Amino acid sequence: MFMSILTASWPWYVAGPLIGLTVPLLLLLGNRHFGISSNLRHICAACLPGKSPFFSYEWRKESWNLFFAGGIVIGGLIASTLLADKGPSSIHPQLAAEMAGYGVTYAHAPLPAELFNWPALFTLKGLLLMIVGGFLVGFGTRYAGGCTSGHAIMGLSNLQWPSLVATCCFMAGGFIMANLVLPFILHL
Amino acid sequence: MSLPTNTDFELESLDTPTGTNYTTKKAPWWRQLQYVAAGAIFGIILIKSEVISWFRIQEMFRLQSFHMYGVIGSAVATGIISVMILKKTGAKTIYGEPITFRSKSFHKGQIFGGLLFGFGWALTGACPGPLFAQIGAGFSVSLATLASAILGTWVYGTLKDKLPH
Repeated sequence: MFMSILTASWPWYVAGPLIGLTVPLLLLLGNRHFGISSNLRHICAACLPGKSPFFSYEWRKESWNLFFAGGIVIGGLIASTLLADKGPSSIHPQLAAEMAGYGVTYAHAPLPAELFNWPALFTLKGLLLMIVGGFLVGFGTRYAGGCTSGHAIMGLSNLQWPSLVATCCFMAGGFIMANLVLPFILHL
Repeated sequence: MSLPTNTDFELESLDTPTGTNYTTKKAPWWRQLQYVAAGAIFGIILIKSEVISWFRIQEMFRLQSFHMYGVIGSAVATGIISVMILKKTGAKTIYGEPITFRSKSFHKGQIFGGLLFGFGWALTGACPGPLFAQIGAGFSVSLATLASAILGTWVYGTLKDKLPH
């Protein structure tokens, strides 16, 4: 019974509050402020040569966050093996119909295998989805000074209005891309 | 060395260059393990709630499902209440250190960068947290997305002074 609760997909009213509790958890563990995208900056500061001032800081003081990111990888492994979902889940019929038009089907996996795979990296579609998309995630989050966790969750939890501006822009950008541009890319 | 204004909402140590507020140096290394544990719990939540699903992100941006709005909305509500309680009670960390909050200032990057990240979020179906979770869940190609995100961060850091802020 307990295991079946864990292995089924968790509804939003369970997952959302748990994600929200990450904020006080990190504060209570060591006055750490939730925000994952800065890890990309720490990796640049730690690993990449050609130090611009932006990457010249003591990244070791923020190393807790790299451990946190490492934990997320472990969590992903645990959830996809020990707690793997055996129950059915579905996507909105309208989305399923739209995706069928691009030859994409929902196979209960978080990423559509037709679009996200290694050989696809060498196609224009895959390049746009993964490489350009990834680049925009890294560039945009640092330009904005935070991501969904740093702005939308931590920033809003601390009632920072610039984080509200950023969150609205995340959503606006997503709406524009998903509805106006992505259909053309998926047709490639 | 002097650093320019900290535009980063996620880099607290730049706001306290003396490092007085930071315990990492004095703290034993194993204290980092608590963040590994916290990250693992967070990663499990991301996977089990399908927040890492490209399809759920597409539903969100097409207003086809309440799921993601419910997750983010209730996370923010829980966060706001938690921070309020921590501030009101003057709570300290479990090691007795003070918990501090800083106000951050607005700059145009939150608009331009926010939009650019939004584009990337809709394309990849992942923000940085879910990227790490996808890698753990065995989607090895997300390593390429992550590498590109690191490159994007590096390019931003290199061009920073030429961009409007």
